[in-house]
Amino acid sequence: MSASCAAASELLHNMNKQISSILYTKASCVIRRLSTSSSRCRSQPQPRAESAPQQLVGVVGLEIHAQINSNTKLFSGSSVRFTAPPNSLVSFFDASLPGTLPVLNKRCVDAAVMTGLALSCTINRMSLFDRKHYFYADLPAGYQITQQRRPIAVDGTLTYCFLGGKKRSQVIRKTVNIKQIQLEQDSGKSLHDDLRSQTLIDLNRAGVGLMELVMEPDMSCGEEAAAAVRELQLILQALGTCQGNMSEGQLRVDANVSVHKPGEPLGIRAEVKNINSVRYLARAIDYEIQRQIDILQRGGTVQNETRAYDSKSGETVPMRDKEGLQDYRFMPEPNLPPLIVYEDNASLPTGIDACQAVVVETIRKVLPELPSVKRDRLVQTYGILPEHSFTLVNEDGLVDYFEAVLKVTKMGPRKVIGWVIKELLGHLKQQDMSVSQSPISPSALAELLELQETGHISSSVAGQVFQEMWKSSGKTALQIVQELDLGLVSDTAQLHSICQKVVDSNPDEVNAIRNGNKKVLNKLMGLVQKETKGRADPVLVRAILQEKTLLKSDC
Amino acid sequence: MPYFPKFMVISNPRPLPLTSHLFLTGVISRAQPLRQSAHGFLNRCPITDSAVRRGSPKQTWQRAGAAHRAKVAVNLKGCHISTVDMLSLTIREVSSALREGRISPTELCRKCLNRIKKTQHLNAYITVTEELALKQAQEAETRLLQGAPRGPLDGIPFAVKDNFCTENIKTTCASRMLKDYTPPYNATVVQKLLDQGAVLMGKTNMDEFAMGSGSIDGAFGPVRNPWSYAAPYREQTEAAPDSDWVVTGGSSGGSAAAVASLTSYLALGSDTGGSTRNPGALCGVVALKPTYGLLSRHGLIPLVNSMDVPGIMTRSVGDAATVLGILQGLDVRDSTTVPAPSSPTELPEDFDVKNICVGIPKEYHAPGLSEETVVQWSRVADMFERAGARVEQVSLPHTQHSIVCYHVLCHAEVASNMARFDGLEYGHRSAVDSSTAAMYASTRHEGFNDVVRGRILSGNYFLLKQNYEHYVEKAQKVRRLIADDFKRVFSSGVDVLLTPTTLTDAARYSDFTQEDNRTRSAQEDIFTQPVNMAGLPAVSVPTALSRQGLPIGLQLIGPALQDKKLLSVAQWMEQRVGFPSINDYGDSSESRNNNGMTKREQTSAV
Repeated sequence: MSASCAAASELLHNMNKQISSILYTKASCVIRRLSTSSSRCRSQPQPRAESAPQQLVGVVGLEIHAQINSNTKLFSGSSVRFTAPPNSLVSFFDASLPGTLPVLNKRCVDAAVMTGLALSCTINRMSLFDRKHYFYADLPAGYQITQQRRPIAVDGTLTYCFLGGKKRSQVIRKTVNIKQIQLEQDSGKSLHDDLRSQTLIDLNRAGVGLMELVMEPDMSCGEEAAAAVRELQLILQALGTCQGNMSEGQLRVDANVSVHKPGEPLGIRAEVKNINSVRYLARAIDYEIQRQIDILQRGGTVQNETRAYDSKSGETVPMRDKEGLQDYRFMPEPNLPPLIVYEDNASLPTGIDACQAVVVETIRKVLPELPSVKRDRLVQTYGILPEHSFTLVNEDGLVDYFEAVLKVTKMGPRKVIGWVIKELLGHLKQQDMSVSQSPISPSALAELLELQETGHISSSVAGQVFQEMWKSSGKTALQIVQELDLGLVSDTAQLHSICQKVVDSNPDEVNAIRNGNKKVLNKLMGLVQKETKGRADPVLVRAILQEKTLLKSDC
Repeated sequence: MPYFPKFMVISNPRPLPLTSHLFLTGVISRAQPLRQSAHGFLNRCPITDSAVRRGSPKQTWQRAGAAHRAKVAVNLKGCHISTVDMLSLTIREVSSALREGRISPTELCRKCLNRIKKTQHLNAYITVTEELALKQAQEAETRLLQGAPRGPLDGIPFAVKDNFCTENIKTTCASRMLKDYTPPYNATVVQKLLDQGAVLMGKTNMDEFAMGSGSIDGAFGPVRNPWSYAAPYREQTEAAPDSDWVVTGGSSGGSAAAVASLTSYLALGSDTGGSTRNPGALCGVVALKPTYGLLSRHGLIPLVNSMDVPGIMTRSVGDAATVLGILQGLDVRDSTTVPAPSSPTELPEDFDVKNICVGIPKEYHAPGLSEETVVQWSRVADMFERAGARVEQVSLPHTQHSIVCYHVLCHAEVASNMARFDGLEYGHRSAVDSSTAAMYASTRHEGFNDVVRGRILSGNYFLLKQNYEHYVEKAQKVRRLIADDFKRVFSSGVDVLLTPTTLTDAARYSDFTQEDNRTRSAQEDIFTQPVNMAGLPAVSVPTALSRQGLPIGLQLIGPALQDKKLLSVAQWMEQRVGFPSINDYGDSSESRNNNGMTKREQTSAV
């Protein structure tokens, strides 16, 4: 008992440590045992787990390389494009021709400062550049210019959320600490032709600006890491500082994974690389955690190594160690003076052009709405469900779409959200399209919803019209309604005759109604709609049917 | 921006003070009088050139208008001056000769090309750009004939150390690694000279990658000091010129030899620890190392980025000032450049030293300093004193640590800078292709000489994680102390420091090679190298000939960005020391081959 008490107190102590990092996030912060798809996500030990034997849990830190969305490279004027013929975007500097010198691209600094601000970082007023040396064919200078000693931004946080709970409908909010953001050069690309045993080098990417974000090991499973990266992706895209496309390598995530028993020192970590989607990130991390747990449970030891994720097998495999133990022999980059950023225009020294200087205040002023703020605003303004706000914000352009529809329709937001998420997003996902590729514009959808809202068409017809609009884009909802004669039948005489037919051919139901079972009326209404292919004005039909069934009873 | 920002341990960088009030803007057009006959040995009658006088060429002259021809005729009348006399002029002098039509740019260019051929044994040039030079001279000639020269350098032949990139012209750094390397662009300083209409004669020899102080450690063989063949030295020595020639100093020995042997009026060197001033002193030419950051390093293949400065070698201080005025200033391609405090073109002729304070650093009385050099040092100090200047002994206590500190920093940067030479994108590539790593290793082994490889090895050692703090960081701190020494002295009221440039006059090649490169660099850079640590401007002024008949130079050091004031003092000194022109001793340096001497020493590794 005393032993388990000690263990429990240790556990509690550890828990407090872990919790303290997230307590300040939001009062609404949910701390509960997470039940995730992998069931491995046990970041927050529960007091009620006191008596349970201590389990190994995963610890995950991330190193993220985000390609800066800039027209030109970090230290040269060459263009940046993902699809360009090999070695067509290479300046003398990028090819490390002797005598060339780096010239810092202001856009890249602005982007790093903006990203730092969005992640609540401290922006270092002075940061420094360093050379990191290693021989590799796609690193022409033999060193990478990075910010080892003093990065541009430090000590930030990223708050991310994901849906947890049994029904995966509970919003769970967590925070990961950002150690630093540093500016550095991307390398070129090596293409290994094993057949001819040669390596081809493409320097198009060499020298492109990167922000390396180092996230502390505050995560415990693949799902958390994936959610954090997804949130970061949204933030970067909102800021426009990185396009965030993982498959194009604009966002590259390396995961440092280890396992330990809570309260004990961190275990030996392995670095998992070669992860090119958020989905694979979660899988790779969970696989790696389980692999390490298995090793330890078998009495083995985890190797400190670099592993690659093989998306086909879903496994991580050891990477061929390229150069053995590396000493990067860091040294100050002598060709770049310290990078100074200024707090505001007033602090600019005389003789410095404000256009040439990086001014934090100026960047802060143009910070766009961040995803978390946007989600809260959507929930509050439109009364939609929090999970819907996630769906909206997660999909690039969907919030704008949603709000554009709302502007020109009288339909309420809670009805519109159904259309946008169920119909529109459903169709887009099915065909693997982005919001911007939607064949139905917000105004076209709004027109359709307006037809329904004003009673010109029924909701089932609206769905039918949506399908038509999707197929033959360009046609308006009204055109389709008219062409296919889908408009609501509100001709009283016509409806009377249809209703009469239904009443006549369903004497049993009529009798049931007369006997007080009013619900049966709905069945008759359905039959009328079937007859009219759903076009009958339901209000009118109900009135007519009521009239007819009652009339009969009077007879 | 601080001018040596990355290497210093700085907590609070401060912008450099731009004390522009000290600078005067000169007027470019006024022709400078010729060297005072009292000081010079130049045989000066109204100048012309025998070739012109003979009327041998030149079609370009015939294309000139009648009026112009008449003017030329007037100017040529009764003039007698040898080719070598014309070649031994200063830029200012030859520039006015060009403008006045006393000689044409193409003719001047041909004379220099001929002179290069005659002095081939000096091995001053790695590449002679004859065809291009003649084309550029032709263009300059057209402009001059139209009365629209681009500036004082239009048509003036110049040479460039072979570590400055020159578009479509081989730039070798005197290394096998780059022996066939042709850069696709011009270094900023080269471009500025070309934009001025200056005529590029060729690329000059040096120590491999500028690592050395003798210009003997290059892939193309050693450079010979032109004074080895001049009468004063020849008269002192019994041995044959082939066995007792003296070195030029280095690493910009080819540039110094080019200016001294009268094949170029101006040469670019580079100065990292004295590489411009050292050969300048040993070859008897003016050698200016400007303030760090004043001249762009874009296109200068680096030795130590935080100390490298393009150096200017000329035959007069005034010329150096003219060239400085053209080359200095902010370059967007080099983030370590600073705006020029002003644009000095001409130095004041009547600079008064009465109000200046000349500091004599006591630590520069170093072991190995030759008696003769001390004599010259004292003589000039006295000269200043007699003219009313305050001459004071000052202390730069950390000077003694400079060399060892320099070696750590230099080797560390060399290790880094040389990493790019892997045989992939450019330069030598080994035939070994068993693996990428094997290709790198043999490429670098074959491409670099022992000196370079040795520095890479030790530099990487200093940069290792476990050593960085002990070596590099400590050296950076010492560097700050050395810079502070200078700062303190200059803020105490000293305007310039007067020191020797080298310990002795030039050493015989056979003596020089008794010591290895490292020892030699440590000895030779002792007076020049602290200046690079501090980023200050310094100029070596030819002062006298030694008993051996070899040049002795003295160095003036000024505060940062006070290059013009420094040059004004230097010019005052130049006007009074009476240093002879090599030309005064006849055409000895080109006589050698005519005398049927061997060409054994015209070594060329490639």
